[in-house]
Amino acid sequence: MIEVKDVSKSFGDHDVLRDINAKFKPGQNNLIIGSSGSGKTTLLKCIVGLHEPTTGEVYYDNENFTAMHFEGRVPIRKQIGMLFQNSALFDSMTVEQNIMFPLNLFTDMAKSEKQDRANFCLKRVNLEGKNKLYPSELSGGMKKRVGIARAISMQPKYLFVDEPNSGLDPKTAILIDELISELTEEYQTTTVVVTHDMNSVMGIGDYVIFLHDGKKWWEGSNHEIAHTNNKELNSFVFASKFMKAAREKL
Amino acid sequence: MFQSLGRYILLLRLSFRKPEKFSVYWAEIMREMVSQGIGSLGIVIIISVFIGAVATIQTAFQLISSFIPKTVVGNITRDSTILEFSPTITSLVLAGRVGSSIASQIGTMRVTEQIDALEIMGVNAPGYLISPKVISGLTMIPLLVIVSVGLGLMGGYVACAASHDVSTADYVAGLTEGFNPVIATVCAVKAITFGFIITSICSYQGYYTSGGALEVGQAATRGVVYSCVMILFADLVISRMLL
Repeated sequence: MIEVKDVSKSFGDHDVLRDINAKFKPGQNNLIIGSSGSGKTTLLKCIVGLHEPTTGEVYYDNENFTAMHFEGRVPIRKQIGMLFQNSALFDSMTVEQNIMFPLNLFTDMAKSEKQDRANFCLKRVNLEGKNKLYPSELSGGMKKRVGIARAISMQPKYLFVDEPNSGLDPKTAILIDELISELTEEYQTTTVVVTHDMNSVMGIGDYVIFLHDGKKWWEGSNHEIAHTNNKELNSFVFASKFMKAAREKL
Repeated sequence: MFQSLGRYILLLRLSFRKPEKFSVYWAEIMREMVSQGIGSLGIVIIISVFIGAVATIQTAFQLISSFIPKTVVGNITRDSTILEFSPTITSLVLAGRVGSSIASQIGTMRVTEQIDALEIMGVNAPGYLISPKVISGLTMIPLLVIVSVGLGLMGGYVACAASHDVSTADYVAGLTEGFNPVIATVCAVKAITFGFIITSICSYQGYYTSGGALEVGQAATRGVVYSCVMILFADLVISRMLL
């Protein structure tokens, strides 16, 4: 479980996050939603340690991650898999080398074992046989799937996903959402997804927190989201005509 | 300025932490050596031959006189090539070729979140990205300078053979007589120092890039400019201290 306690983050005079509290449980899809500039990605970066919170702490299974130094964080980081918004695949490496990279650095597996693991991960994301391609030869959706394959190569306990559907067509976006949801259930990972895609929220949002102006305004499940009276959340969720029409039918 | 210097020193300290796995780092060092060494060989060959030839022709033009022995041309070409032309000019060219490549490569990795991905995995990103480049620079740039010295002197020989201002026999005699080994030491110290300057400054500029493609280009330009200025400054300091 990941616990965020009173996390605030400021850049100079600008407060991006203010006193955020949340508990992300294993085996469920935890979604952080909000409009652009609400602080979603900053919160995710505070959780994974790419940003240090100005105040507050982040706990991984009751271990205070924020208080740890670089070396202390390494054992936890080895259990983290992350899919970045732009996939962040290593350009100079093939798909297979990208997936094998953490295995090369942190395991003593034989080369054949590592290749087997890479093949398994690629099969899991439906990209069998794409081992020798470079990231520049892949489509946006394929890059995301390779990013997921790399993220799960070390069998992570915690899976973080930043805007998984950005730049993807609706069909591919749903496939990526389903894949994340399946992996969460299969490996019982603590999955945290940052998104502003309402399809993702309604499709896989087991636990959703809504950020607005750097503050947590609402939390609950995707089933509860349509019936909330929270004004800010409603204006975010039902911003599109399609969602407005859907609400009227409810 | 002091903040940048402090950040530069801290980054170098992080870069030389114990590697996660030596074999992975070793492969990176080998890859960098090929990229920096073999990749720069062509340009080093071209500039060295031409600089050696031009240095010989211009020295001959200024010193041909019945009062001065013709072997002096070879003598001066040798000393100026070993002391200045090969280490400094080669390094200035390599700052453009190798330095801009390092800064833009690391800068692109920064703005496309590849460095964040390394950090999330628990990899010491400065160590994995910077130390192989610096180690490679410390070994390959001196080797390229040695190649440059040989080719520069050969260029001078070709110029003598082609122009007939000085005979090749006088030129070769000038190359071999009165050799002071300290100039070879100065050349080696310069080459190693310049190798460190190019790779570390350009890595620093790339590592702290933020923004997008425009900023990556700016980081590469800054890396090359600062490296060139520091090479010239270090050149002065080393010459003053060792000669």
